[in-house]
Formats: sequence, structure tokens, C-alpha cells
Amino acid sequence: MTAPEHLVTEEEEKAIKAELPEIFSRFPRERGSLIPILQAVQGRFKFLSPGAIREVAKYLDLSSSEVYGVATFYNQFRFHPPGKHEIKVCMGTACHVAGGDIILENFERKLNIKPGETTPDREYSLERVACVGCCALAPVAVVDDHVIGYMQPSKVEGLFVQFEVQREKEKREKQAKESAG
Amino acid sequence: MVQIIVNGKSIEVEEGQTVLEACLSNGIFIPNLCFLKDREHPHASCRLCFVEIEGRPAPVPSCTVNVEDGMVIRTDTPEVKRLQKSAFKLIMSGHPCHAKTCPTEKPCTLMKIAKHLGVGLSPKPLEKLERDIPEVVDFGFMFYFPYRCVLCGRCVHVCRTQNEGKPLLTFARRGFDTMVAFFSDPGENVEAKCRSCLACINICPTAALVLKADERKTA
Ligand code: SF4
Ligand code: FES
Ligand code: FES
Repeated sequence: MTAPEHLVTEEEEKAIKAELPEIFSRFPRERGSLIPILQAVQGRFKFLSPGAIREVAKYLDLSSSEVYGVATFYNQFRFHPPGKHEIKVCMGTACHVAGGDIILENFERKLNIKPGETTPDREYSLERVACVGCCALAPVAVVDDHVIGYMQPSKVEGLFVQFEVQREKEKREKQAKESAG
Repeated sequence: MVQIIVNGKSIEVEEGQTVLEACLSNGIFIPNLCFLKDREHPHASCRLCFVEIEGRPAPVPSCTVNVEDGMVIRTDTPEVKRLQKSAFKLIMSGHPCHAKTCPTEKPCTLMKIAKHLGVGLSPKPLEKLERDIPEVVDFGFMFYFPYRCVLCGRCVHVCRTQNEGKPLLTFARRGFDTMVAFFSDPGENVEAKCRSCLACINICPTAALVLKADERKTA
């Protein structure tokens, strides 16, 4: 396991770093603050960037390796920036029984990433989540906060066709605007 | 010096050491993987070093008990063997390996333990554990083979000692997915620093950490 440095640009890291001192100042400077600080950082940026991890380590006088060790222990922490489209696949009991793992695997293969990761073009991120509260629709996926019930492999395909169409449309609109202006 | 009796034989050993050390330094082998002398608290995670001590209701890991004068110890009772075999099989269920393909200097620690216990390297009758871990991880100057790793924690400990409490190695994730991970700080010349140390590679009992130049072991 290594840090996904390539995904985060220098400018992004700089912007994150600029906000960290304020976040840190809310916590006592001691080991026990590690998890609350990580939660606050993720709460603000939606993930823990490699640069943020280093800053947290520096602040608490730990090595970044130790911070990673603690952070990777908990499922709640993410190390990849969220994608433009966030895909969450339910792995709650009902969805699991209804084949949620097959749906997850479909997404994994389609996007060539694992749960918790983001595609290199930052278009999609994939996550496994626990029961999202609509078990009657199992298996469920949540895509950009829209619940999609009765998921099927064909629906996974359909979803990406839709995204493709949408992207194409945006491109055309942009072109039309440019040629008009 | 104190007097202890191991398997019916009286031996004189130095005070302040563990039963495990006392036995090992007197030529009495007790299986062990996670013990390291300078650890503040024994890790006691491999559960291989059980012995029976007179007056104690159940076998104890010998790396957690210091010798006392007059202690009567047995390292070879059926109960001890049973516990050790179970612990060994549990380790082997997550460590699929074969004597033929093992890259360590033979016999490796696990083979020695297997021989001592009179068992093979297969986890039978336990199942082989399917773990969601990669075949190999590139740590820059060395490779890490998660399947070979028995998670004894020795590398993480020596890395901590070598780096004044700020290790580059750590355990990442948890449960069956636990593996050793390597993270460096920016500006650190890891290549030079680590290549001149190699403590982790040298202490690993299973060749799960391999220096890159050492092609022979990476196959
Ligand atoms: S890499 Fe080797 S020393 Fe480190 S935990 Fe695994 S088996 Fe133990
Ligand atoms: S288990 Fe998936 S919505 Fe409840
Ligand atoms: S050496 Fe005692 S439990 Fe591992």
C-alpha cells in the first residue's frame, strides 16, 4: 500500500495545507487527537491527501507512516479524492444477500479501480457502503446521491452510457457557446 | 543467577529474562516468531511459544513470563504441543508456501517450527485463507510479499527503534486484510537511509521483505 500521490495536484495540496492550521488549532497537540483531527480533515476535504497526512504527522510529532497505519485501520477514511461522479454500492445485509458484491465487482471491472479509489481522470470514485435504508429495492447503488434500486449488471452498463451521453452533450453545448461567442 | 527445571533438567539461568530466552540460550527449542528482546511489552501474537509452568492452571506463552528461582517448566507436554500446532496451522492458513519455492535460507524459521512440531507446512485440516491482498507491493528499494508475511510485527518494531520512534513501516488495514505498509516523509532520502540499515529485511523470519537487488528471492 502506498499513497496515491499522482491523483492530487500540487495546487490542491497547497490549498489544503493552507487550511490545516485552523483545523489543527481546534485540538490539543497530543497523540490522542489523531483520530479527531483526521475526521475533521476528512470532514472538510472529503478525503485525506498525502500532504494532509504529512502535516498531521508533523503536528503531532509522529511519522506519516504511523498516521497511515491508524487511518487505514478504519473504513471511514478515504485516501483518494472523490470523483466527479460518486458511486456507492450497498453492502448491507439485504443487498449482500441479493448479490450486491456482484454489482460492486461490475463497477470495479468497468472502472478498473477498487472500492475506496478514484479513476485517474477523477471522473468516478467507487465506495462500498452499509445499508442505505431501502432494503426492499436490494441490491442498491447510490450514484451522485440518486438511489438506484434493483441493480443489475445491465444497469451498470446503462449508467455509463448515460454518463457518456451527458458528457457528449456538455461538450457540444460548450462548443456551441464558443462558436456563438 | 536462578535455578529452573526444564523438562526435568535443572539449569542455571540469568535473572530478568523470559522463560523463552532462558530455554533458547540453553539449547531447548521453543517455537517462536514474534519475540524480540528489546520490546517493552511482549507482542505475544504468534501464540507459538507455549509452555507449562507448575502451579499455573493453563499453559502460558513463555515470552510473557520471566524466570523465577525454582520454576518448574515443561515444553513438551501434549497440551503444549496441541496449542502450538493449532497456532502454527492458523498462521499457515494465511501463508501459503512450499519448501521448494521458499526463497529463505533453508531451513526457514517456519520449516524449523514445523519439524519441531512434527507437522507439514500445509494448514490442513484448516482451509487456506483467501485474503484481499496483492501478490507483491513495491516499497521503492525493496519488495513486500504479503502472502509470505506472518504479521509478526518484528520489522515494524525494528524500524521504530532505528528511527527514534518514528517508523517508516507500519501495519495498514485490519483483520484478514492487514499488511505491512511503507510510507516515507518528504525530503527523506529513503533509498540511502534504508539501504544502509536493512534491519527489517534481516529480522523478517519469512523473507516477506526483499531488497530489490536480491533478484534471487523475488521470483
Ligand atoms: S514482513 Fe516479515 S518481519 Fe514484518 S511482519 Fe511480516 S513476517 Fe514479520
Ligand atoms: S441493505 Fe442495502 S439498502 Fe439496506
Ligand atoms: S514468541 Fe511468544 S507469542 Fe510469539
